[in-house]
Amino acid sequence: MDPIQSLIKDLAEKHGRERENLLPIMQGVIEREKFLSEYSMVEIAREMDIPASEVYGTATFYSFLETKPIGKYTIRLCKTITCAMKGKSQILFAIQDMLKIKLGETTPDKRFSLLETNCLGWCHKAPAMLINNEVYTELTPEKVREILSGYMKQNGQF
Amino acid sequence: MANSYQLKRVDFIFRNENDWEKVLSSILKRTPQQLINELLSSELKGRGGAGFPTGVKWKLTAEAEADKKYVICNADEGEPGTFKDREILSKVPYKVLTAMVACGHVTGAKEGIIYLRGEYKFLEQELKKVIDEFDYYCNEINLDFKIRIFMGSGAYICGEETALMESLEGRRGEPRNKPPFPTQSGFMGYPTVINNVETLVHTFTIFKYGAKKFYDLGVQYSRGTKLFSVSGDTPKPGIYELELGMSLQDFVYEFGDGDTKAVQVGGASGFLVPRKKFKDAAIGFKGKLSGISLPTGGSMMLFNSSRSMFNVLDNYLEFFREESCGQCTPCRVGCQQLLLGIKAVKRGDKPASYLDKLLRLTETMQLTAKCGLGQSVANSFSSIVENFREEMIY
Repeated sequence: MDPIQSLIKDLAEKHGRERENLLPIMQGVIEREKFLSEYSMVEIAREMDIPASEVYGTATFYSFLETKPIGKYTIRLCKTITCAMKGKSQILFAIQDMLKIKLGETTPDKRFSLLETNCLGWCHKAPAMLINNEVYTELTPEKVREILSGYMKQNGQF
Repeated sequence: MANSYQLKRVDFIFRNENDWEKVLSSILKRTPQQLINELLSSELKGRGGAGFPTGVKWKLTAEAEADKKYVICNADEGEPGTFKDREILSKVPYKVLTAMVACGHVTGAKEGIIYLRGEYKFLEQELKKVIDEFDYYCNEINLDFKIRIFMGSGAYICGEETALMESLEGRRGEPRNKPPFPTQSGFMGYPTVINNVETLVHTFTIFKYGAKKFYDLGVQYSRGTKLFSVSGDTPKPGIYELELGMSLQDFVYEFGDGDTKAVQVGGASGFLVPRKKFKDAAIGFKGKLSGISLPTGGSMMLFNSSRSMFNVLDNYLEFFREESCGQCTPCRVGCQQLLLGIKAVKRGDKPASYLDKLLRLTETMQLTAKCGLGQSVANSFSSIVENFREEMIY
């Protein structure tokens, strides 16, 4: 059994194979694999005995269930009104400039992906972003450069 | 006169109460009927924004006949400008859990689920720990009620109660037709109480301090207090517990930066109130308050004179276009066309009168969209376009 198959089997054992456990199983795959590949989705469908189209249809509804390859660290910058008013664009430029990627892209080494997202619920400390599950608020271009440098150092590169 | 009025600050929700075990056992000593009566006489209404009477919801679910029932805590806080539920769950989670057990006691439900939005994943571990401790205590007193967390995955629409249940059942978060209402047929087809995080905490306050204490705060039709998430152009953004029924004028004196042009009450799905109407607007549920009454899930966003209302509306519409589930045509196509439409007017590709066509489109959406998302786009759209029409054109 390959690693993805066994991961999905473990998740199905842990949560159960009923339909209402589809989200937790997909979230479990995301946690390790970062995205749901076609192969993962077909495997989930097989394991749960439901059509693969149902898995795909459900996955593509949710913005945090990526179905395309994505970096190890996903940056989700909030673009909703208060963050937009408080300088989100400057933060976006700073990130793009530092990582040399545009919105929606992934760095060639597959470590960082840059996305925008809707209201993260930190409007009183705008602008805000998530890196994977970690929240960063009251961002300034300097602060965001510092944060990203920290992530880069963790990997001992750049 | 500026500063002549002080908003009445209240401190119930975040008050640290170390006696939840005592509150819980006093709740369990009361009969379901007694508890329902307390909620009814407090006149507590749902704090997610819709304002359905909480006592009625619990009563209907209690009366429904089924072998299984559920209690769901809606922590899918996604309305732009709202951030109070996260604060509740990180500061006083045990109040939420106690209230869920109380609801189980009233309705006969044995299982509670907290639907936590994916954006708040960082809360999960801490919350799980509190649930484990709580669970341990429930076991000790032989109470059969289990609470678990279910993580969302980034979809605003899942805050809509029936979409949330679809999501809990492992499907796309597409709202259901109502009726049947969740009190009859909710999660997995069983009678379900679904309450906002803040609503549950208010029931804790009511059961601990009595309905009268709650009822005495606020105004007619809008009793009690409410948490307000204040953001935008304000020197003091943050979360504040205030009495319902205050006038927007007083709110702006307290939170404005001296240059407040308009306030968005209730997030992107709420209403924008321009300065000239501050005096006539009161924050609370619809009732016989004179002037405009504005219901809100607590989102209060202030805009000063440096802000373009076109940009604000553009931002909202992009939000709705992305978050529309796409299930019903009025909302799916309507959100797209509104966004394209205001851009076309701004560019000069369409005449100013095209705005009236778009206003009629929002009326259609209000009448025909399946759920609150599509229906409420008209709120912000019409209140912005009608009050700041020139900014849409020039």
